[in-house]
Amino acid sequence: MFSFRAKLPALLTIALTTVVAITILLVAISWTGVISATNTQLIPRYEFVGMTQYARLFATERFHVAFSNLFLYGACFISIALIFGFLLAIMVDQRIRLESLFRTIFLYPLSMSFIVTGLAWQWFMNPTLGLQHFVRGLGFPDFTFDWLINPDKAIYALVIAAVWQSSGLVMAILLAGLRGIDRDIWKATAIDGIPAWRTYVSIVLPMLRPMVMTCVVLLAMAVVKAYDLVVALTKGGPGNSSDLPAKFIIDLTFERANIGMASAAAVMLLVTTIAVVAPYIAYSFHKLRR
Amino acid sequence: MNSKTISRIGIYAFLLSSAAFFLIPVYIMVTTSLKGMPEIREGNIFALPLDPNFSAWAKAWSSACIGMACDGIRGGFSNSLTIMIPSVLLSVALSSLNGYALALWNVRRAELLLGVLMAGAFVPYQVLLYPLVIMTRTVGIYGTLPGIIAIHVLFGLPVLTLIFRNFYASLPTEIMKAARVDGAGFLQIYWRIMLPMSTSILVVAVILQVTGIWNDYLLGLIFAGRDNLPMTAQLNNLVNSTFGEKEYNVNMAATILTAATPLLVYLISGRYFVRGITSGAVKG
Repeated sequence: MFSFRAKLPALLTIALTTVVAITILLVAISWTGVISATNTQLIPRYEFVGMTQYARLFATERFHVAFSNLFLYGACFISIALIFGFLLAIMVDQRIRLESLFRTIFLYPLSMSFIVTGLAWQWFMNPTLGLQHFVRGLGFPDFTFDWLINPDKAIYALVIAAVWQSSGLVMAILLAGLRGIDRDIWKATAIDGIPAWRTYVSIVLPMLRPMVMTCVVLLAMAVVKAYDLVVALTKGGPGNSSDLPAKFIIDLTFERANIGMASAAAVMLLVTTIAVVAPYIAYSFHKLRR
Repeated sequence: MNSKTISRIGIYAFLLSSAAFFLIPVYIMVTTSLKGMPEIREGNIFALPLDPNFSAWAKAWSSACIGMACDGIRGGFSNSLTIMIPSVLLSVALSSLNGYALALWNVRRAELLLGVLMAGAFVPYQVLLYPLVIMTRTVGIYGTLPGIIAIHVLFGLPVLTLIFRNFYASLPTEIMKAARVDGAGFLQIYWRIMLPMSTSILVVAVILQVTGIWNDYLLGLIFAGRDNLPMTAQLNNLVNSTFGEKEYNVNMAATILTAATPLLVYLISGRYFVRGITSGAVKG
């Protein structure tokens, strides 16, 4: 049924799309690896300098700020978005009125660019005219909400905007999971007198583990890729206090012409990504083959 | 009141306050854009506009200054359209053909290829950008329309291929067998049989790409060239690098105008949109 001749167009299609794309990606990744071992600044120079760029990178304070922010921002954003999204899914699942209206409201931020999200929240958090100004006007002259200009808090401003953007995604995925669960467990737990919250935490949540995994990976990828939001909301500031690796690397590459070091930082980011998503890829690949 | 009523009240209180949290940015964007600057400076951010008017929208669209040019963001709108349409068509066409070839033509190691391609989707852009700049420059498409289109097709391919491959793999095998027995070839089966059955998945893929490409900022900034900057890049330039007094009403109007396209797509297509954003990762 599938002679080689008949298969030829299929093979050609795959060669021109899949194989070309894989080749480009692999070449680009290894190229970045090679450049990270050279003293390239603006144009590629293949004088190998060993681990010098990595040593320079580790001696750069901004690198440490960016990577420790990555973990702080990632931990806060992923945990809050998961909990908030799960709560939303549970509440939406209670046979409520206007369910589709609520779902539409919780999901619309996902259709927006992070640039739009960042600019909208920047305006809301603006200390002179935004929320702080509003609450002070209500008669609380000491109220302070200055996260955008406070180096210790700017990273949490990013967390708020990112949670706002992504909780709906968690809700959508977990709601689909909740709808797939057999309703009989509720009768069973009711007979045993187990409170609803306990059922959710100890029975339902473990059943939703694959969906929770998916959410964690999607959110983690959003953390690693977080560039647009930083640019629009804080520009990495004040100072470098809300810098993240994605932005640090782009700045080094395109503004500071420090491409050897940028490549070293990119390799570090790739290593971090692999550590996070490798188990998930292995798992879904395993499922794909069956 | 019994405990059931209390818990219903709790549920609606949670849902309504969450809805308020989700609507804050849109509310302040819309109200701010309809106010004049004195009103913004003296009033508060939640106040409704006293004299709502669209002059800030008109200015944002056609006369706000971005750097030296004072043409508003309408140029960005048409740039985004010019980038988006061919990128969407090309990436969806190539991915559906690719997914079909991988799913139904008994190609050896198809799963392995797909797995490697998918792994590519997880690589952060930062690892790829500089080599891609050099590659596109070498073939002469860096900073041009074909350049940004090629980049969007490349980055769209993994997830779209997966979506199409899973769709075609779920079809009954008898369809393929019958078509082959009748002597139909690769393109014939694709065009006459598969494509007409793929409407829903095509809609999902198109919506995913339209919103994704419209909302892209970084790739457009780097690969599109100064004359083709997408709307998101122009918006950010307008808001974050203007000198003198910031015109918040114009900024918010420009933000709404930029968000309008994907927002409309979302409101019209709801279910398909959700399927698109979840199908990339939810599988099996």
